[in-house]
Amino acid sequence: MVRGNGNLKNNTMTDRTFDILNAILMLLLIVVTIYPFYHVVMASLSDSNRLIAHQGMLLGPLGFSWEAYSRVLDNPNIFSGYRNTLLILFSGTLFNLFFTALGAYGLSRKFMLRKPIMIAIIFTMYFSGGLIPTYLLINNWLHMGNSLLALIVPVAISTWNLIIMRTSFEAIPESLIESAKIDGSGEFGILFKIVVPLSMPIIAVMILYYGVAHWNSWFNAMLFIRDRELFPLQIILREILVINDTSSMQLGDAMADQEGIRESIKYATIMVATLPILLVYPFLQKFFAKGVMIGAVKE
Amino acid sequence: MMRKLANDLVRNKAIYFMVLPVVLYYFIFKYLPMYGSIIAFKDFSIAKGVWGSPWVGLDNFKDFFDSIYFWRVLRNTLLLSFYQLLFGFPAPIILAILLNEIRLKLFKNVVQTVVYLPHFVSLIVICGLILDFTNREGIISTMIEFFGGERTTLLGDAANFRFIYVFSSIWQELGWSSIIFLAALSGINPELYEAARVDGAGRFRQMWSITLPGLIPIIMILLILRIGGLMDIGFEKIILLYNPNTYETADIISSFVYRKGLAEGQDYSFTSAVGLFQAGINFVLLISANWFSRRVSGNRLW
Repeated sequence: MVRGNGNLKNNTMTDRTFDILNAILMLLLIVVTIYPFYHVVMASLSDSNRLIAHQGMLLGPLGFSWEAYSRVLDNPNIFSGYRNTLLILFSGTLFNLFFTALGAYGLSRKFMLRKPIMIAIIFTMYFSGGLIPTYLLINNWLHMGNSLLALIVPVAISTWNLIIMRTSFEAIPESLIESAKIDGSGEFGILFKIVVPLSMPIIAVMILYYGVAHWNSWFNAMLFIRDRELFPLQIILREILVINDTSSMQLGDAMADQEGIRESIKYATIMVATLPILLVYPFLQKFFAKGVMIGAVKE
Repeated sequence: MMRKLANDLVRNKAIYFMVLPVVLYYFIFKYLPMYGSIIAFKDFSIAKGVWGSPWVGLDNFKDFFDSIYFWRVLRNTLLLSFYQLLFGFPAPIILAILLNEIRLKLFKNVVQTVVYLPHFVSLIVICGLILDFTNREGIISTMIEFFGGERTTLLGDAANFRFIYVFSSIWQELGWSSIIFLAALSGINPELYEAARVDGAGRFRQMWSITLPGLIPIIMILLILRIGGLMDIGFEKIILLYNPNTYETADIISSFVYRKGLAEGQDYSFTSAVGLFQAGINFVLLISANWFSRRVSGNRLW
């Protein structure tokens, strides 16, 4: 192990032992984190009959078969789930960004009601009306039930993201905004022509935060969506992975075959639903971490 | 005062116009439900509406306190939360300190990239994996059998629920939660370490006397938040993992509210009262934790 700083004289025996133990611990952590995903990949590629007879760890695929994948991709529910999720993801994130940027910029400016509005907003992080009144509001009073609006409008702004974005907007030099004003720019012009272009890194972080939240969200869909054609991917996943209902999977006619293939279908479903995240994740990881850091240094 | 406000409204009308949709959003989706939660003090029926339904005072709260569920869900909520705090809170701190000790930058990056990953996998998939690994034929059962135990569906037994819940949560969030501590660590002045080395401090001494104290402010703030949210465990994971066999240890206040209010029955007033009870306790906890921390350490949220 190379030590970047410090001099070697201080590299005592205990220090070296610590380095080695630490490295072993970290390697162990990597294995424990990665193994479940590795298991899923291997199981999804396995021959279903051998998979069902197998117990314990999988070091490689048992046999090799794409059958589970072809069954999953043939499933119309997976397709419509993807479509709905992507629709919610794009329109929802756009909606999020617009209103969060509007609020973050407005609240970064000086005006009389700024403080009371901020307090009222922050208060909602600590106290809420709760599940039942929120449900009644969305379903019975706003009549958003059974529409994708129920998955977009009620989550238009995340208070945490609003605060992160406001903090970042406040760092933009006041003189820049003043000179734009002198040039005749209105507040909207300043926001979209100066502040937003200057804040692309934080906006990228926001896109990722809101995007991942939409991709993973399921609870509101479970509460409000009744038509199968409107189900997002996560609800379909819940049927297959958690409730263990594969009746929609249009399995073969023989029961034995059903039992056998069911396991590998489950794993292939996980793969199909998680692959997009796994593929983009290594490129995005740094952005996410940056967002957390920005959020951490508030006030 | 009103004159001044009127002037400000005119002068900054563009700003007010921009903030208006945000204010409306918070009013409709956050404050209207708070208003709506007065149904906890009523015998609410949708036909009569919030205002038209008759008042019943504290009856719904009494019903909850008298029911067999009260102690069960309160105990489960507090115990799960307490275990999360006891085991889940220190874990990312320890990880951050250990990561900070890795000198090989590449290795450090690899570890970080890997341990952040589970945070991004959807909860449904994670719970699917948990159910799969802990069932009768799963890997964990196989390991238990290998060490001489008996093969069972682990989540069929109420005794295992808390452990599986807490352990899997740590597994999923350990890496991600460590980021904030790593951020705090990167702000520690390297000269402190230099000086400590000159004074003959070894690695452990440095960790104990420099790294850990450097983390104390952020630890305190996160601890206040955790104590404030002691009653506020996410129920999404609970309702994905529990079943009637494990209600005894798994059912927490919020999963109870969901089940009795929306999934099974539709007793809106009763479950609103339960939800309000939880929100109220949370709020009191947060304020006391903040007050206490300000007194003791000078760290506070507001």
